[in-house]
Amino acid sequence: MLKVTGLETTYGSSQVLFGISFSVDAGEVVTLMGRNGMGKTTTIRSVCGLVKAKKGSVVFEGKELLGQPAHKIAKSGIGLVPEGRQIFPNLTVRENLLATARNDASSKNPWVIDRVLEYFPAIAARINGMGNELSGGEQQMLAIGRALMTNPKLLILDEATEGLAPRIRKDIWNSLNDLKSEGQAILVIDKNLSALNQIADQHFIIEKGVTVWSGSPSDLSTQSDIHKRYLGV
Amino acid sequence: MGNKTQISIVVFVFLGLAIIPLVAQMTDTPFYLDLARRMMILSIGALSLNLIMGYGGLISFGHAAYIGVGAYTVGICAEHDLVSGFIQWPLAIILSGLFAVVFGAISLRTRGVYFIMITLALAQMMYFLGVSLDRYGGDDGLPLIERSSFEPLIDITNNIVLYYLIFFALLFSLFLSKRLVNSRFGMVLQGARSNETRMKAIGFPTFGYQLTAFVIAGMMAGFAGALLANHTDFINPDMMHWTRSGDLIIMVLLGGMGSLAGPVVGALAFLLLEELLSGVTEYWQLIFGPFLILAVLFARGGLLGFFSAKERENG
Repeated sequence: MLKVTGLETTYGSSQVLFGISFSVDAGEVVTLMGRNGMGKTTTIRSVCGLVKAKKGSVVFEGKELLGQPAHKIAKSGIGLVPEGRQIFPNLTVRENLLATARNDASSKNPWVIDRVLEYFPAIAARINGMGNELSGGEQQMLAIGRALMTNPKLLILDEATEGLAPRIRKDIWNSLNDLKSEGQAILVIDKNLSALNQIADQHFIIEKGVTVWSGSPSDLSTQSDIHKRYLGV
Repeated sequence: MGNKTQISIVVFVFLGLAIIPLVAQMTDTPFYLDLARRMMILSIGALSLNLIMGYGGLISFGHAAYIGVGAYTVGICAEHDLVSGFIQWPLAIILSGLFAVVFGAISLRTRGVYFIMITLALAQMMYFLGVSLDRYGGDDGLPLIERSSFEPLIDITNNIVLYYLIFFALLFSLFLSKRLVNSRFGMVLQGARSNETRMKAIGFPTFGYQLTAFVIAGMMAGFAGALLANHTDFINPDMMHWTRSGDLIIMVLLGGMGSLAGPVVGALAFLLLEELLSGVTEYWQLIFGPFLILAVLFARGGLLGFFSAKERENG
């Protein structure tokens, strides 16, 4: 579904990514892990066209995405839940969801507003509230719901549980598990290793802008040196 | 609209406007008819600016240029004996839209203060173009030989007929604004105002949406210009001067930026205050200026927002 090869990105004169490679298959949950500042978010931003990559290849469903504008990449079927949620504060919850609704892939069981609200009852109760009146957890659910309303083939979550209360985190991980069981391909960046191990099919570890390790959760659990060297656990 | 107070204010304003011709006739004060017509025309101009400024976050300092284009289209057509309003007015709207396409395509590539300066510069260019048009009066302006003709439908040489035509034009503009703002197009425009990058990342080419809004606003302002030409029976380059664009911004801010009927209330309040204060002193701006500062400081949502907040405070 998504194959990223040798991705290199610079911010001005300073290079951040030196050759990131990973792939996500249909229905798979893949994680990008690594310590802070290693280039995980930049990788996502490069894939989504929010930062211009210098070199490499990003092939999604057989089409090269590198060099395409962000809105075209999104329309090709990639839904991003960005770091910091970034919901639209001046729109209501309903408007946040409706403004982004789309079903380009003509999904047979598309995400519509009622289905999203059923998935996240917490935001259903605040449907007419403004985006900036929601709690952090509700904002996060809205950000995921907003991405789902685009009916993405691949859902990308960048630090989706960061700064949330443990109970809310649990709800979000449960939701992601449900999405996985429905066959939704997901790429996740997060620091919660135990939660990631439960949901992921494949891990990729990034260190100083390079993919240094990949394997299954069971591979990772048997290699304690990888934990120590790259994840600081 | 949001709450009962706002709806009540708007209903009250429109009911008031609807009976003004009757009151003006009964009290033999045609001046008020003239003032109310001007208020309604500028309300349409302010409504159009609110679409891009209030909902799109695009502070255009050159919006009066489209009013000028609309007015000059009517004036120049009349000068060449083309007086049919069925041709003049659509032409005024189309030409204003075309200017807005070009100006928008240039200015929307910038943001913030650069956007303000480019729109200001483009509008000033139009102002000086008007000044240099000697064939059409240049600096002295162009008297409208004959009002637009809508025969056999209506006769707008009758001031009451023209009044109600403007009244319904304002109602229609308000309805159009409401439909636009509440549509997905409006939601994307508002979303892009708060986070343009995010809107792009979701799959919306924001430039296209903003340009479309810019053109719609330009066309609405051009329509206001066509009405203004018929109202004043005179067109001059001052209609396009940057200070006129500033007046429109003040109207939007005063009434309530980003609220549907705010610009109407703002335009009415602006012109009413101008009229009242200029009767007191020649230097009326000295009083109006501090009033505006107080309004901006203490009524963040403009006059409409101020009254709604009061309603919320009172439970």
